Amino acid sequence: MTQPIRLTTPLSNEDVEKLKIGNRVLINGVIFTGRDAAHKRLSDLLKEGKELPFDIRGQIIYYVGPTPARPGQVFGSAGPTTSYRMDAYAPALIQKGLKGMIGKGMRSDAVKEAMKKHQAVYFAATGGAGALLAKRVKKAEVVAYEDLGPEAIRRLEVEDLPVIVINDVRGNDLYIEGEKTYRKG
Amino acid sequence: MREIDVKLITEKVKDLCMEANTDLGGDVLEAFDRAIEKEESPLGVEILKELKENARIARDERVAICQDTGFAVVFIELGQDVHLIGGDLKEAIFEGVRQGYRDGYLRKSICHPFTRANTGDNTPAIVHTEIVPGDRVGITVAPKGGGSENMSRVVMLTPSDGISGIKRYVVQRVKESGSNPCPPTIVGVGIGGTFELAAFLAKKSLLRPLESKNPDPELDQLEFEILTEINKLGIGPQGLGGRTTSLAVHILMMPCHIASLPLAVNIQCHAQRHKEAVI
Repeated sequence: MTQPIRLTTPLSNEDVEKLKIGNRVLINGVIFTGRDAAHKRLSDLLKEGKELPFDIRGQIIYYVGPTPARPGQVFGSAGPTTSYRMDAYAPALIQKGLKGMIGKGMRSDAVKEAMKKHQAVYFAATGGAGALLAKRVKKAEVVAYEDLGPEAIRRLEVEDLPVIVINDVRGNDLYIEGEKTYRKG
Repeated sequence: MREIDVKLITEKVKDLCMEANTDLGGDVLEAFDRAIEKEESPLGVEILKELKENARIARDERVAICQDTGFAVVFIELGQDVHLIGGDLKEAIFEGVRQGYRDGYLRKSICHPFTRANTGDNTPAIVHTEIVPGDRVGITVAPKGGGSENMSRVVMLTPSDGISGIKRYVVQRVKESGSNPCPPTIVGVGIGGTFELAAFLAKKSLLRPLESKNPDPELDQLEFEILTEINKLGIGPQGLGGRTTSLAVHILMMPCHIASLPLAVNIQCHAQRHKEAVI
């Protein structure tokens, strides 16, 4: 297998354009967490024409609701949650400049279209590998919606967070291609 | 009549919640090893190795295997010669869940269906109580994650659908679930009973150790046939393509109404967590 590609956020159009499905990527720098309830609130802000609680341009949102950190731990277990539940909200965020999303599971056609149109990519992290992924988080702080507990938006500093490119800017989908390659009969 | 203080049940439930969420069963780890040998996709092999490494970190550092530490599903086998003292059984179980999820640094994932407000302590738990002969209390805690639970279904087939209809439905359910339920999965199948009992059987079937034989030879064969079909789908570890879409299919069956053929498919992610204790 080829060596993983190292990327540092914020991401530019050039960063995401060179990514292809199946690429293994190690993400470095700042990323933001957000899942169901936080996305609903971000979407409401956009509908009301208000500012988002962080500058979304060039950023990556990780769909994760971590466990509480143990004493001495930077971050609790932190694997991805299933992404389709964020499909209703993602296109508007991509339009605002979001460059990457990390989750698991297939995205809707509308999200894939938005990624093609505005140069964004979708990565998968290994679902259920929460203990392993937590070790790549070096710093974490809540930036919005503390009342949501595990669903609050957090700013994470990550080192070599391992992900795989599922959807690239050309409209390819690793879930579809991978299944085709290995299907029998 | 043997007296058992429900405080003992609280303590056991607390310990089991923490153990189940941090210490993946040896049967699952062995299933990963077998899958690594058979998997044809290089990316799939990488994922399976990552899952093994993740389980090792979780056990050594006593942190959750997966951040979705689930709905606490508790199975109680209550001996009919036991007299429970010191309080309410259900409340004792809930208290064990509260303490286990608090002290184990486990995520609280239970909320109001409309407002989505978190209950804050991972209660209520789901409690299935069965009265059995004897003077002991068996407790199983099986945390169930939302991602794989969301891919589960109950369907009332018609009797004419038969075994082939059952096979077709289960394989199709796994196909449509794709990468969502965190493959490689374990597929729990409940056949027969009523609408709600089929779902219960599917859930309960997940407690059987992986690679153990179904005691009913006909069901054992059916499990093998469905698993073979599923692993031809090509979904693979995490849905990235490969041979290992499911590690096992488990079936529990009971008689049903002459008009019906209830079928439930309860999909379980690779973090197949459950721990047992007997008092």
